[in-house]
Amino acid sequence: MRAWKKTVIALLALAGGVAIVLPVAAQQAGTQFMGVLGYRVGPYGANGAAFFTGFLDYLALVNEREGGINGVKISWEECETEYNNAKGVECYERLKTRNETGPTAIHPMSTGITYGLIDKAPADKIPLITLGYGRTDATDGRVFPWVFPILSNYWDAATGIVKFIGDREGGGDKLKGKKIVLLYHDSAYGKEPHPVLEAEAAKLGFELKLIPVPHPGNEQQSQWLQIRQYKPDWVILWGWGVMSATALSTAQKVGFPRDKMVGNWWAGSEIDTEAAGPASEGYYAASLNLAGKDFGVVKDVEKFVYAKGKGGDPKLVGTVLWNRGLAAAMYTVEAVRTAQGKFGKKPMTGEQTRWGIENLNVDQKRLDQLGFATMVPPLKLSCLDHGGSGLVRFQKWEGGKWKPASDWMSGDKVMVRKMVEESAAKYATEKGITAGCMKG
Amino acid sequence: MFYREAGQFKTTYAADQALFPIRQDRYAMLAIVAIAFVGIPLFSSNYWLTALLIPFLVFSLASLGLNILTGYAGQLSLGTAAFMAVGAVAAYNFQLRIPGMPILLSFVLGGGTAALVGILFGLPSLRIKGFYLAVATLAAQFFIPWLVTKVGWFSNYSASGVITAQPIVIFGQALDTPREKYLLVLCIVALMALLAKNLVRSRIGRAWMAVRDMDVAAEVIGIRILRTKLIAFAVSSFYCGVAGALYAFAYLGSVEPDGFNLDLSFRILFMVIVGGVGSILGSFLGAAFITLMPILLDVLLTAGSHAFNLNLEPGVTSMMQLLVFGALIIFFLIVEPHGLARLWQITKEKLRLWPFPY
Repeated sequence: MRAWKKTVIALLALAGGVAIVLPVAAQQAGTQFMGVLGYRVGPYGANGAAFFTGFLDYLALVNEREGGINGVKISWEECETEYNNAKGVECYERLKTRNETGPTAIHPMSTGITYGLIDKAPADKIPLITLGYGRTDATDGRVFPWVFPILSNYWDAATGIVKFIGDREGGGDKLKGKKIVLLYHDSAYGKEPHPVLEAEAAKLGFELKLIPVPHPGNEQQSQWLQIRQYKPDWVILWGWGVMSATALSTAQKVGFPRDKMVGNWWAGSEIDTEAAGPASEGYYAASLNLAGKDFGVVKDVEKFVYAKGKGGDPKLVGTVLWNRGLAAAMYTVEAVRTAQGKFGKKPMTGEQTRWGIENLNVDQKRLDQLGFATMVPPLKLSCLDHGGSGLVRFQKWEGGKWKPASDWMSGDKVMVRKMVEESAAKYATEKGITAGCMKG
Repeated sequence: MFYREAGQFKTTYAADQALFPIRQDRYAMLAIVAIAFVGIPLFSSNYWLTALLIPFLVFSLASLGLNILTGYAGQLSLGTAAFMAVGAVAAYNFQLRIPGMPILLSFVLGGGTAALVGILFGLPSLRIKGFYLAVATLAAQFFIPWLVTKVGWFSNYSASGVITAQPIVIFGQALDTPREKYLLVLCIVALMALLAKNLVRSRIGRAWMAVRDMDVAAEVIGIRILRTKLIAFAVSSFYCGVAGALYAFAYLGSVEPDGFNLDLSFRILFMVIVGGVGSILGSFLGAAFITLMPILLDVLLTAGSHAFNLNLEPGVTSMMQLLVFGALIIFFLIVEPHGLARLWQITKEKLRLWPFPY
């Protein structure tokens, strides 16, 4: 064996030894530590980078502008999950013991990782916040005390989209006999809306066809041929990452009108539409939050964070996903603030944060104070309702910009709630959980 | 100096055929087993157990399964993850549908179901070889996750096709801490590794190797090719099936069929290639390299960028980790194309002469 080979092997052994004895990167004591399961590489990296840059920018803003949450500074560490379930679980295990108060609350930002953590979170007493994704029936806090699918869940989105399509057709009753295709990412995420869409189809009398796209979705020729043969009136796009842009450009190739396509909120960011270029013109997408920079909080981030060179990436500021990351961080910080109101002004543990999230009440007045105005709807949670508003707002891609195409609206809340309770009850029996609200 | 077999005489056939004929190897193995069963559970943190050691053991088992098929019997397969999926889904359904089912029996039956599916997809191996067979096993890789997603019964009609593993209860004792789960996985893996080591030294194992080296010659000396190949597929799929069940029950807790994708099959194939084709030890070394090295690099790079105040963007460290990991795989394959197991063997041979090589 030659010398250089020996050197490399020796270096590797040394590195291994160093890693074992290496003290864990010390977190500043007395801070509110946030464990961040992020992803910035891989097929979904661009989307993840936008969201997590927004998330961290807001945490930096709270530190820079007001010196933390009621004076408790925020610290954080990000671990790369690559949107991979096994890696996500590894990151979660790595971050959960980093600080004496734990990682506060985890945003898995992946429906698959959420599923992997749902059983672990109650044992570790760490709340999961899944803003607009994850397990829909977790809205029932009596069965899932540690999971918070806040703002809107997938079933709200699906019924909202059906309502929006109904409105375009001139009323829900006009949907009878229409044909709607759901083009979905073939994963837990893409399958989540099936039951509710099937229920809607039975109720309103439209024909529903489910067409899966395998991961990562950069090849959709055969799916779109199927769509062309079927001649649907509308296509609902349940895509993520590269799949959404490919769907838009393939739709253009086979001549399907883009203004008959409605995406959900994960298929409705600039990353998707800009990648598809002019093929995106006229495309609708549901949204959880508005894009743009005309919000007080965005100006604050530019002034307190980016002007000091502490920001993530100025190109992302004001995009849909960056704003969503900002909102996700804001709800988390407000939950910690709520918990501090009860437990005192010190770093909150996972258990205390859970109470804070369950009793969170961010009304319009508070949103105005925080500079969010109309970017997101108000949010009030309770044990029975871990979801909140259930509102969506539709946007249309016109001339290289997302423009609002509707007001905040909700779909069939009664039906969604009924299905949530049925599904949660089924989970409770399968797992042997006694449903009930948690005390304290 | 220390690793010499001079003076160790074998006086019986049993001693000559022992698993570890050299005394030092025997002691080393005993030490490793003692550390794995006693030392690690006593001194490891939960992070080490749940995030590093359990997946390492599960993947060792899966790559052991693939190594039996590819390394010993010479049949290239790209369907490993699919057989794991069969094991996981079958074990889940046995637990769900049959009341009072012991969980260990579910694992065995899950493996058995995977073995049956493996035999089915192994049938073409009689006619086609090499890369063409790999393509045929690729069919399993696409068909099985599709079937599990398509037929709601398999996942008990879960809205998203995800199966949520039931709690592990053995003799009324719930194994829910990481330590207990680790010990369970370790017991199963150790037992099955011992079984595999003996299997490849038996008549069946020799038949596999004869078929691998030259199937026409093997047929001429009286080995029944179809049966030998199908046994290899069955045993290999059984190992993968049990690994899949453990992956779902002891590691992740809930899995989506999508998780058992081609990517995972390739990862396990890489474990076999990097670790050593046709080596039991290689399966473990390869699994350790592929599962633990990226995490090690990640920790090192993050710590390094903190220590030197580089303030790297989080994306950059992840990219660097991928680059370094890829370079390391290439480095090891250049240094020793026969894998880490062969590297270890060379080291042992050198140790015999150390410190006076001639």
